[in-house]
Amino acid sequence: MAEKIKGKIGKIAGPVVVATGMKGSKMYDVVRVGKEELLGEIIQLNQDKAIIQVYEDTTGLKPKEPVYSTNKPLTIELGPGILANIYDGIARPLEAIAKMSGDFIARGISLPALDRKKEWDFKPKVKKGDKVEQGQIIGTVKETAVIEHRILVPVGVSGTIEIINSGKMTVDKTAAVIKTAKGKETVKLYQEWAVRMPRPFKQKLAPVTPLVTGQRVFDTFFPIAKGGTAAIPGPFGSGKTVTQHSLAKWSDADVIIYVGCGERGNEMTEVLDEFPHLIDPKSGKPLMERTVMIANTSNMPVAAREASVYTGVTIAEYFRDMGYNTALMADSTSRWAEAMREIGARLEEMPGEEGYPAYLASRLAQFYERAGPVVALNKKNGSVSIIGAVSPPGGDFSEPVTQNTLRMTKVFWALDAPLAYRRHFPAINWLTSYSLYTDELQHYYKKEVAKDFTTMRQEAMTLLQKEAELQEIVQLVGPDALPEDEKLVLFTSKSLKEDFLQQNAYHDVDAFCSLEKQFTMLKTILGFYNRAKQSVNNGAKIGKIATLKVNEKIARLKEQKDFKKASKEIGQEIEQELAKLEKESVRTIGVKQE
Amino acid sequence: MIKEYTSVAEVTGPLMIVEKVEDVAYGELVQVTISSGEKRFGQVLEVNENNAVVQLFEGTKGIDTKNTKVRFVGETMKMPLSKEMLGRVFDGRGEPIDGGPKIIADKKLDINGLSINPFRRHHPEDFIQTGISTIDLMNTLVRGQKLPIFSGAGLPHNNLAAQIARQASVRGKKESFAVVFAAMGITNEEALFFQNEFKRTGASERVVMFLNLADDPAIERIITPRIALTAAEYLAFEKDMHVLVIMTDITNYCEALREISAARNEVPGRRGYPGYMYTDLATLYERAGKIRGRDGSITQIPILTLPDDDITHPIPDLTGYITEGQFVLSRDLHRKGVYPPVDVLPSLSRLMKNGIGEGKTDVFHNNLSDQTYSSYAKGRELRDLVAVIGEESLDELDKLYLKFADEFENKFVKQDLTENRNVEKTFDIAWNMISKLPKSELKRIKTEYIEKHYRKGADEESKGKLSRAVEVDGHGDVSMSSVSLNSSLASKGKKKRKAL
Repeated sequence: MAEKIKGKIGKIAGPVVVATGMKGSKMYDVVRVGKEELLGEIIQLNQDKAIIQVYEDTTGLKPKEPVYSTNKPLTIELGPGILANIYDGIARPLEAIAKMSGDFIARGISLPALDRKKEWDFKPKVKKGDKVEQGQIIGTVKETAVIEHRILVPVGVSGTIEIINSGKMTVDKTAAVIKTAKGKETVKLYQEWAVRMPRPFKQKLAPVTPLVTGQRVFDTFFPIAKGGTAAIPGPFGSGKTVTQHSLAKWSDADVIIYVGCGERGNEMTEVLDEFPHLIDPKSGKPLMERTVMIANTSNMPVAAREASVYTGVTIAEYFRDMGYNTALMADSTSRWAEAMREIGARLEEMPGEEGYPAYLASRLAQFYERAGPVVALNKKNGSVSIIGAVSPPGGDFSEPVTQNTLRMTKVFWALDAPLAYRRHFPAINWLTSYSLYTDELQHYYKKEVAKDFTTMRQEAMTLLQKEAELQEIVQLVGPDALPEDEKLVLFTSKSLKEDFLQQNAYHDVDAFCSLEKQFTMLKTILGFYNRAKQSVNNGAKIGKIATLKVNEKIARLKEQKDFKKASKEIGQEIEQELAKLEKESVRTIGVKQE
Repeated sequence: MIKEYTSVAEVTGPLMIVEKVEDVAYGELVQVTISSGEKRFGQVLEVNENNAVVQLFEGTKGIDTKNTKVRFVGETMKMPLSKEMLGRVFDGRGEPIDGGPKIIADKKLDINGLSINPFRRHHPEDFIQTGISTIDLMNTLVRGQKLPIFSGAGLPHNNLAAQIARQASVRGKKESFAVVFAAMGITNEEALFFQNEFKRTGASERVVMFLNLADDPAIERIITPRIALTAAEYLAFEKDMHVLVIMTDITNYCEALREISAARNEVPGRRGYPGYMYTDLATLYERAGKIRGRDGSITQIPILTLPDDDITHPIPDLTGYITEGQFVLSRDLHRKGVYPPVDVLPSLSRLMKNGIGEGKTDVFHNNLSDQTYSSYAKGRELRDLVAVIGEESLDELDKLYLKFADEFENKFVKQDLTENRNVEKTFDIAWNMISKLPKSELKRIKTEYIEKHYRKGADEESKGKLSRAVEVDGHGDVSMSSVSLNSSLASKGKKKRKAL
């Protein structure tokens, strides 16, 4: 056992405190600062001086007050009770804090993350005498209606089961005792993990299945894989948070970790109020039952904000190790980067680009590398997907956080202010966004959705790109100067944009769109295009085509629950109406020629 | 016993370094007596075993390193509060300047406040009718929201703020409300405007004013909004009042922040503003909201004048990332004589959808707002196009959109300084405008609402024009058939209503 280290405060500047007499303490060890025992973390050592970032407001601290080291890095508790809960950046339960300190968050509160009073029904999966390895599942707890919490042998422990309990117990009671080479190891329902250290696994896999988000622009055009990484940069008001909320609501991951990192308090409340009432289309149970929330709003301490993304990803990894597909939404990683900058500046570090610390790129890289589909230590397959929102100042994507993020993430969903102004939501720019997973996921789409899915996606994309070129011409000479077939491209692209890409997050049917429906919708629109092209060749005018009644039906297809029936009807109407139109136009041409 | 130090070692800008201090806490309030006997206040910004860095709110003029006496008060800056504050005027530090007596404290609170536990927040959902169409229909304000006005020099943001303060009401409810007004570095004239405005409308006794004017010490601006928000929190959460906080001008506040940061030789962020400006602004804006189980609320309307009308400037940029939307004023509209010159396209209210809809405003509110947005956006786009290719080369439908954009600005956005339009009136104007577009264009509105509210005959004039145009162009025109489609649908709708 290391000796107890006790130093004293030398200097206080905002969230940064310098303590003296700290020789022997380790980097990133957690310390208790001052009489109020505020929580802090050592971020620099210099002789006997330790530089500490404090997770709470430091007002009122005085020099010479004591500082203790806990000799432990920042760890969080992982165990049953974590789901459907809301924590601050260092995994303190906000609900329990409210019970203690009321409506405002007081300082120096130290509370365990998991409720010590709640009893869980532990069902063992192993028996006495069984040999167990690290990460192995020794039993389960039905944590919520949708998630079975699997109790894992802590990392670094293996041996034979000596005692295994069962039945109702609280998290801190002994679930099992394992005899190891080094002695006896007690396993409780919860374990601890240092947030800055990735949890180990057997092997990383290549991503092959999509994370179905139910959002057309993502699933069809720019899909993300389970275990993939995506960045959503966008200026304020472009819908980052709404998009993140939609993803948290409708993604087909088993467990969702939502990290509100330096964002608005009212938005977190909205999630808190809304999720228990929203029903997961997959399980039929409230979405809250699979969600963990980390809320470190913009006015909460900066250092805890810096820690919040690590807390989030550690929880995600823990569920991954049980064999679940987890998805982490971080809103926003720019606030995290700014927290690093703020602390860096207080340490008087030499700044890199735009005042951000030089280690910004490597920190971002380390964070996103914690994503991925893996074979866990217990040979189960699980994954962590990370979707990070980025808030570039002035919407300028050339700034360091966006640029360094894009180097790491494989999907880029570019939010666009002009689209948002037009109320085109989700305001994802289809020309600048990209996904590097399309090839890897091709097989899945072909097998699970439709053989011609990828070709159709390509066809639609080509139309949209062609439209962008044509728009430039239109800006110069007006739409009338275009030939009819190009006008049809414009018309179809408008339909693709309004009837397919736009999706109403607040519409009861449209908010979630299955892959099958996405395919049907795309097929309908492109079907119309191809049929209309034929009509145009036969002399039909685009002005007439645009007024066909079927257009409105195509536009309303997204609101249809029974989309199969609706699309079938639309298909027939397209044929009928266009055929009729062709006849008429032949007649007019005929008349003219006479 | 409070020790008195005479060990001022260094004075730079608004900062002063005091040596050989003992038992000084970070953030502690400091009382300074300069050689002339004048008393000033400051706050500890940094402290180590020997020295304390003190920031002086009223500047460092007249401070010397020999005779200046410094006392560390032993507590952080606290504000005496009571309901008697209503109707009073204070300076930027919370001292009364209206000749009235000092406030006898019912409670004393730390001016920095504490963060509201996100778990205890109640999400804002009460519709506030401001009587201003662009706000009520398209950027609805709800109780507990923070919604800034992004303006520029010479734009009528003060009029707009005053009009909102005057007209804002929650429908069907009579509840106690108050206005807390925090002025940071605005001119005497502007402050007088607000004072007179409140007096004229008889609202004075419901208003608490904190005035830091342009000639008051710049550093004091750091504490003015904090004092004001502490007063607001007291009134809202202790006295159950609905408080509207107007803070003007945040730009001046940020300038003061930059001044201190520069004096401390900190590593600057963008345009010299400190790297922690986001966090600092958040500690102001996030003090808006509602708390579960408490009746009161704080709604904030901060005013920012954008330097050079640049919305990407760090001040509006960081603000926009914290606040729940923004009203953006437009110089173009102002030049055209449109008041209030709210440019709806970049404006936004993030909490709008919670405050509208059935039982609050009307079921179609969201649809109607979206439709108005996208139609106006389309009209604006076409204006740019017309500038290049001329109006003649547009088709009839596009011309309707152009007309829509004009009418939107002149009939919908434009209203009188004293005009208090109720939300029904606003909806009525919007439906009238929208009905001049063919029904098939109204993709954002559910069919049932169109059937019910589409105004038949609203566009007789344009329809007449269209049919003439159709006669000329025998090949058919987009708008021709849509018109016939419309009238048939409209008559169907009429029949339906009759049947009902």
